[in-house]
Amino acid sequence: MRATLKRVISLLATLGALAASAQAHAIAWYFREPGSQLARDIDTLHQYVMWLIIIIFVGVFAFMFYACWAHRKSVGHKAAQFHENTTVELLWTVIPAIILIIIAFPATKVVIAQKDTSSPDITVKVTGIQWKWAYDYVKGEGEGISFVSMLTTPREQIEGDAPKGENYLLEVDNELVVPVNKKIRILTTAADVVHSWWVPSFGAKQDAIPGFIRDLWFRPEVTGTFRSQCVELCGKEHGFMPIVVHVVSQDEYSKWVAQKQKEMAAQQDDPSKTWGLDELKARGEKVYAANCVACHQANGKGTPPAFPPLDGSKTATGPKEGHIDTVLNGRPNTAMAAFGKQLNDTDIAAVVTYERNSWSNKAGIVQPAEVKARRK
Amino acid sequence: MSSVVDSHDHDHAHGGHDHHDHHGGYSGVMRWITTTNHKDIGTMYLWFSFMMFMVGGVMALAIRLELFSPGMQFFNPDQFNQFITMHGLIMVFGAIMPAFVGFANWQIPMMIGAPDMAFARLNNWSFWLLPFAGTLLILSFFTPGGAPGVGWTLYAPLTVQMGIGMDLTIFAVHILGMSSILGSINIITTILNMRAPGMTLMKMPLFCWTWLITAYLLVAAMPVLAGAVTMTLTDRHFGTTFFNAAGGGDPVLYQHIFWFFGHPEVYIIALPAFGVISQVIPAFSRKPLFGYASMVYATSAIAILSFIVWAHHMYTVGMPVTGQLFFMYATTLIAVPTGVKVFNWVATMWKGSLTFETPMLFALGFLFLFTLGGFTGLVLSLVPVDIQLHDTYYVVAHFHYVMVAGALFSAFAGVYFWLPKWTGKMYDEKLGQVHFWLTLIFFNMIFFVQHFLGMAGMPRRIPDYPLMFETWNKISSIGAFGFGLTQLLFLYIVLKCIRSGEPAPQKPWEGADSLEWTHLPTPAPYHSFETQPVVK
Repeated sequence: MRATLKRVISLLATLGALAASAQAHAIAWYFREPGSQLARDIDTLHQYVMWLIIIIFVGVFAFMFYACWAHRKSVGHKAAQFHENTTVELLWTVIPAIILIIIAFPATKVVIAQKDTSSPDITVKVTGIQWKWAYDYVKGEGEGISFVSMLTTPREQIEGDAPKGENYLLEVDNELVVPVNKKIRILTTAADVVHSWWVPSFGAKQDAIPGFIRDLWFRPEVTGTFRSQCVELCGKEHGFMPIVVHVVSQDEYSKWVAQKQKEMAAQQDDPSKTWGLDELKARGEKVYAANCVACHQANGKGTPPAFPPLDGSKTATGPKEGHIDTVLNGRPNTAMAAFGKQLNDTDIAAVVTYERNSWSNKAGIVQPAEVKARRK
Repeated sequence: MSSVVDSHDHDHAHGGHDHHDHHGGYSGVMRWITTTNHKDIGTMYLWFSFMMFMVGGVMALAIRLELFSPGMQFFNPDQFNQFITMHGLIMVFGAIMPAFVGFANWQIPMMIGAPDMAFARLNNWSFWLLPFAGTLLILSFFTPGGAPGVGWTLYAPLTVQMGIGMDLTIFAVHILGMSSILGSINIITTILNMRAPGMTLMKMPLFCWTWLITAYLLVAAMPVLAGAVTMTLTDRHFGTTFFNAAGGGDPVLYQHIFWFFGHPEVYIIALPAFGVISQVIPAFSRKPLFGYASMVYATSAIAILSFIVWAHHMYTVGMPVTGQLFFMYATTLIAVPTGVKVFNWVATMWKGSLTFETPMLFALGFLFLFTLGGFTGLVLSLVPVDIQLHDTYYVVAHFHYVMVAGALFSAFAGVYFWLPKWTGKMYDEKLGQVHFWLTLIFFNMIFFVQHFLGMAGMPRRIPDYPLMFETWNKISSIGAFGFGLTQLLFLYIVLKCIRSGEPAPQKPWEGADSLEWTHLPTPAPYHSFETQPVVK
């Protein structure tokens, strides 16, 4: 009740501060500054069509408003009774058709350019997963690098308990890093439902469809950080899976690749290691925060009925096998996703152990080897 | 109904029959449940539509409330998704479509000189299916997991993750589809078989033409939607994999099927709106509709084209380049017949003798803003530009210009235009004009700024947004609340008209010339034409 009151008051306060807030952030109302030739072509095409439209719109409605003004009954205008004129009707059918052909030429050129994904320098596979993006460098410099990219905006900012940062909802832990002036080909796919990958500054948007691979390309012309969001409704956290692309010089890119490869080698887990409860729980907490907390909540109470609690749940306190299977394979026809492909055995063992030994749960430890045994 | 009593006074075309049994012998609620009268059914359609408009409107306000400021304030993301889904479904299937079927029921028999609809009992059934469908949709909020949070387009495979609310929605869509198909068959049969002697097809008021074509679109498109949601149902429960690649299916197949229905659906909503406007503009210009024949041809052309442009809703799914080019060219072609319509309406006004009562104001608002929505449609038809704007607020702005400033404005024009004929009383002209201006201002406040949001990169269907989008969202939300309140004024105007309006003459609009004005008293008698008029 008090929380609602607080919200209403803050709503009224924001209403009052409308003008002030308008000045606090620059008002965006047009396409972002193009960062590639494709984005520039789209911008040019848009302006070209927009001017044509404005001219036609003003022309047509000049007639309408003139009639409203001059042919009013109140100024005594008598109605003429004509109701057809073949010449005029033919003209206003043919002329728009010709205008459309004039528009079609430049549009077709851009479509063909946009579709030409041949001979890229670097190919990256992007997988949409509820609700994060996985990036795999599959070809070109950096081949073999792979990571998952997730929102880092703290929940306190989203829920209004902390001031919102500059890049609110547009910041991630691992940015997609690409070199400037190289042709980047992106392969999109998805693990669960349809997502859509978009970077407005490059004029690059492509749906990520589960079970299929689609592609797009862009050639960034400036270095810097480019931010965007998933643009296809993909469930509860659709608004919280940003896309951030960091464009760097060729030198910096090579350095980044070397460093990333070293990190990845260091991160390899020894699958046969036997872990203690505390170290496994500590790691599990991190995995939980990254993958589970959005639905099941930090306190394990979930948001029933769609997202059930884990605290005291049958799965998290019952036989280990059922719990491992649920995390590995998901629950069909519910929002519970399969994590078997995204997380390695150690991560799954850690998160299962964490869930079985947190809140009021006390149901024992799960080792990576046990997870491995449950994989089919 | 006052019309019962009054019909005795006007014995025009009635030949002194006994009219005591007008309502089939029932009174009270049973009268409305059992009625087979086109006017009663039309009235029920219109009230049902208004109720759904309010329910869908409250959801829209919930959406705009959450989007007033960045951050999550009032709802959780799941509830937000449920609101956007149900707002869309309820407005399209519960509010706009039934409104125009209501107009069709009231007007078509009167306009073609028929006593009633061809299948009177079927007509009753087509209406009474609707409250059940509406109830199912609203009930889905109270099931475990709530209403589906998938958007009104119900894209697979997200639909597979939803709870039982999804199944209720699927059944609701089935029932709505049945209702539409039955209603359409009735309209087609009525128009083709029950015209008065001398009323040739090319003499019909344009409203009847647009509905005839719409009815064919409905019969062709609704089964396709029923198929799509049925496949979703079997994917959910019976182990089929129509839309699941793991079993040999394809999620994009759903989108193709949905939009093969979905694009004609746009014209199912727009064509009757064109019909209403084509009655209103000539009446207040005191001049016959310019280019009647070309209007009929343009309407037919739009209907045919509407079946070959569906994939322009899917430019970003990754079609081959030839597919994209085909759908781009086909889509831009629609601008030609649509342009013809707009030019014809303006030419109708040209050198007329114009007055600006509320119906005409809404018709002009329609003409201006619908054309704007049509032009943003042309922008979106171009593949490269669409790829930048697809699934952003630009699209939200675009289709609300077509659906609200198009269909809803036209429905308002129609209600004010025919209210005197329906109730026998005049509405309050001054209040009607206030309703128009407030609606116009608030509508643009909500949706014009959303073009900017879309171009600046705000995706649609997000419950929270980056800070740079705050200003436009605030303006849009304030506009939404103004718009919502203004519609309560509309309710008041209609109720005031029914209760205490001034008595209306037979033909309150000087330039109106269709049969309901020229041959029927006001209010229209319970049975329109027991003896058909002869049209010369």
